[in-house]
Amino acid sequence: MIGFSVNGKRIDLDIDPSTPLLWVIREQLGLTGTKYGCGMAQCGACTVHINGEAVRSCVASVERAAGKAVTTIEGLSLDLSHPLQRAWLEEDVPQCGYCQSGQLMSAAVLLREKPAPTDEEIDEAMTGNICRCGTYPRIRRAIHRAAAMVAKGGAQ
Amino acid sequence: MIRQKMIDQKMIDQKMIRRNASPGTNRRDFLKVSVAASGGLLIGFRFPGITQLASAQVSAFMPNAFVRIGTDERITVIVNHSEMGQGVYTSLPMLLAEELDADWTKVGYESAPVDPKYNHPAFGMQITGGSSSVWSGLQQFRQAGAGARAMLIAAAAQQWGVDASSCRTESGAVFSGSNRKLTYGQLAGVAATLAPPEHVQLKDPKIFKLIGKPIKRLDTPEKINGKAVFGIDVKLPGMLTAVIARPPIFGASVKSFDDSRARSMAGVRKIAAVPAGIAVIADTFWQAKVARDALRVDWDEGSMGNFDTSKMMQDFRERAKSTGTSVRKDGDASSALASAAKKIEAVYEVPYLSHLMMEPLNCVVDLRADSCEVWTGSQFQTVDRANAAKVAGLSNEKVQLHTTFLGGGFGRRANPQSDFVVEAVHVAKAAGVPVKVIWTREDDMQGGWYRPAFLHAIEGGIDASGNPVGWRSRLVGQSIMAGTPFAAMMMKGKEYDPASVEGVDDLPYAIPNVTVESHQAEIGVPVQWLRSVGHSHTAFAVECFVDELAALAQKDPYQFRRQLLQKQPRYLGVLDLAARKAGWDKPLPKGMGRGIAVHFAFGSYSAHVAEVSVTDNRVRVHRMVCAIDCGQYVNPGIIAAQTEGGAIFGASAALFQELTFANGRLQQTNFHTFPVMRINECPEIETHIVENNEKAGGIGEPGVPCAAPAIANAVFAVTGKRIRRLPIHLTEAA
Repeated sequence: MIGFSVNGKRIDLDIDPSTPLLWVIREQLGLTGTKYGCGMAQCGACTVHINGEAVRSCVASVERAAGKAVTTIEGLSLDLSHPLQRAWLEEDVPQCGYCQSGQLMSAAVLLREKPAPTDEEIDEAMTGNICRCGTYPRIRRAIHRAAAMVAKGGAQ
Repeated sequence: MIRQKMIDQKMIDQKMIRRNASPGTNRRDFLKVSVAASGGLLIGFRFPGITQLASAQVSAFMPNAFVRIGTDERITVIVNHSEMGQGVYTSLPMLLAEELDADWTKVGYESAPVDPKYNHPAFGMQITGGSSSVWSGLQQFRQAGAGARAMLIAAAAQQWGVDASSCRTESGAVFSGSNRKLTYGQLAGVAATLAPPEHVQLKDPKIFKLIGKPIKRLDTPEKINGKAVFGIDVKLPGMLTAVIARPPIFGASVKSFDDSRARSMAGVRKIAAVPAGIAVIADTFWQAKVARDALRVDWDEGSMGNFDTSKMMQDFRERAKSTGTSVRKDGDASSALASAAKKIEAVYEVPYLSHLMMEPLNCVVDLRADSCEVWTGSQFQTVDRANAAKVAGLSNEKVQLHTTFLGGGFGRRANPQSDFVVEAVHVAKAAGVPVKVIWTREDDMQGGWYRPAFLHAIEGGIDASGNPVGWRSRLVGQSIMAGTPFAAMMMKGKEYDPASVEGVDDLPYAIPNVTVESHQAEIGVPVQWLRSVGHSHTAFAVECFVDELAALAQKDPYQFRRQLLQKQPRYLGVLDLAARKAGWDKPLPKGMGRGIAVHFAFGSYSAHVAEVSVTDNRVRVHRMVCAIDCGQYVNPGIIAAQTEGGAIFGASAALFQELTFANGRLQQTNFHTFPVMRINECPEIETHIVENNEKAGGIGEPGVPCAAPAIANAVFAVTGKRIRRLPIHLTEAA
């Protein structure tokens, strides 16, 4: 049995502990917002938080989440109210949308740690997330916009 | 309201009758019957679009195949093109909502089922490709909106006992006089009893409220909260997941396999030989993948075991020395080149490329004795359904194909053989239960259907004053169209594949003697259209060579193009706009250089100016200024997004991407060996749109072709080295 929480909900699973967390989230828990892109921590589509840290869930075994709190895109906010989601809407960021869960989850950690990130800090935090459609210019603008919202006292 | 209820009852009765009359009727047939009644029915609808299964139980008026107006005021636009990032779930609803005078906040979208009424008006089948969704849907969607509006007005006029001409519409309601108002939802029931109009009047563009505005995409909310359903996210009760052991070489086949270890692994339900390889069917993806990797397969390598791309390019170089099939012949290029004051030759080479959609290929199939349901991100519904039906041994009508969101398409999900659909039907046959086949990233990258490698040899000459007098292009590469449903249409009467030479066959520059020749290579690597198709390589060769000619003539590359495009106002328009916005004449800091390129593709004109620096032989693109002329446009926000994305797509190929084969085996496997541009490598990108009233062109692909030549020409400006092979390797450049 491996126990952990996902988006605040307690989970206990009887599962091979070496199974990647990604597939547990998608297949056992039915939370399909977290995506498979590469299986080797190259693209970031599978990014989730474990105890607040951005983790590539395609290479993290489910065992790594034991006793910890996992947050997925479904848990970022209940109602699109996270400043990043609001900024993503304002900047019309997604195209195909497949990588966007991972982009948002990486950006959420960046914004928490660096409330007013520079372009260099955005580069550093977001380099692990590939977007094949080429939404990078908008991702950058949206992160700056979200930071401005937070600075102005937007709820987080 | 009583009337409303009666109609609802009638609808239900109709539905029951229909169901009873034909027990085998599936939901798609019901849709067909309902729609065939041309608005005469009010239907309580459970639409087969997978994204909307939840919100199904509201009564709705369906005036035509493209829109449903709910009694809850919800306007659902049924979109016959696949949403793969290019924004059709927003731009096509905008067209319909404009003419309908809908309340935009009530407008939603749904994917169309497979049905001839959803065929592409120009291509005659259901397909998303060729940057054609908006221009081909302009009339279709506007007329559908206008027709629905006319019926709602007629319904209101009837209710009020006034003349329809005294009614007006705004934001989802019909008005008459100063105090009469009925919403579309209120009118849906009555409107459903009326006959659709024979003719409709479309709006004067001067009063457009939506068309031409940067309206925000409708699909963003579900793409930022994890709710959007892509093919890989579909889950059916009792579904198993399969991963296939695929041939390591194109054309290889299974000699024998040993599944003794795999068979006993956790979750494995079945291991079966299928035409695509050996399918491992398990409870979950991970179990299937681990067991797949534990298979031992002995392959018969077939005839491609010695295939090597470096040898192939050598063969291409040899072939380019001989005369090819004539594509274009203006004047006498040979004589002009022979008597030119100065002459140059250059050979440009581009590699095989993978589409590399972020969502690897996948397909869900529920195969029953007399029906088959398929869920996948398809760009080619008509063909995919027919191919699935063939394998299932069913008629087309017994197969339903649900188009999910596509996690990128770029052409790969419009496969003429429906490879990823057909194999899933085979696996479903073996599984006996619903099954999802998932390709790993490696399977996807190694699975073929690439942009073909090409070699393009060009010879050009100028006279004593620097004016070009002759140009000869020879291209060598595989045909994409041969063997596809488009071959007959595209290759009719031609001995070459137009998709191989598009973008050079229409060389726009004022050069009196032009020859274009094509050599078709026959190689066993499956190839396919990739975003911008032939233009993805012809623009690189042509626009780099124009720069080489400018240098030969000792002229500025922008002015040189201007001079040769005097009779091409739309080329000139984008060229001038990009140059002006980039500040072409303003000096750049030391160590930086600018390059320019202009191209026409898919009905639109595009020009890019790239600014680059080079450090330790590594190219950094700092800024790209893009000008686009796609004629009349619908959503400038989406145009900017597609142009940015196109530039990044083209820059990725120019800087990083190459598929190579050795001993028949592809040497790249995943993003680490076939990189995509990342955010830290991404330039600032500006998009400037030319305003005019020309015929609408495409936007998904035209942003791609200019990126590579603009960057390559900028690299020359910095280093003095000509880039003649992609991706750019400065250590080998001349």
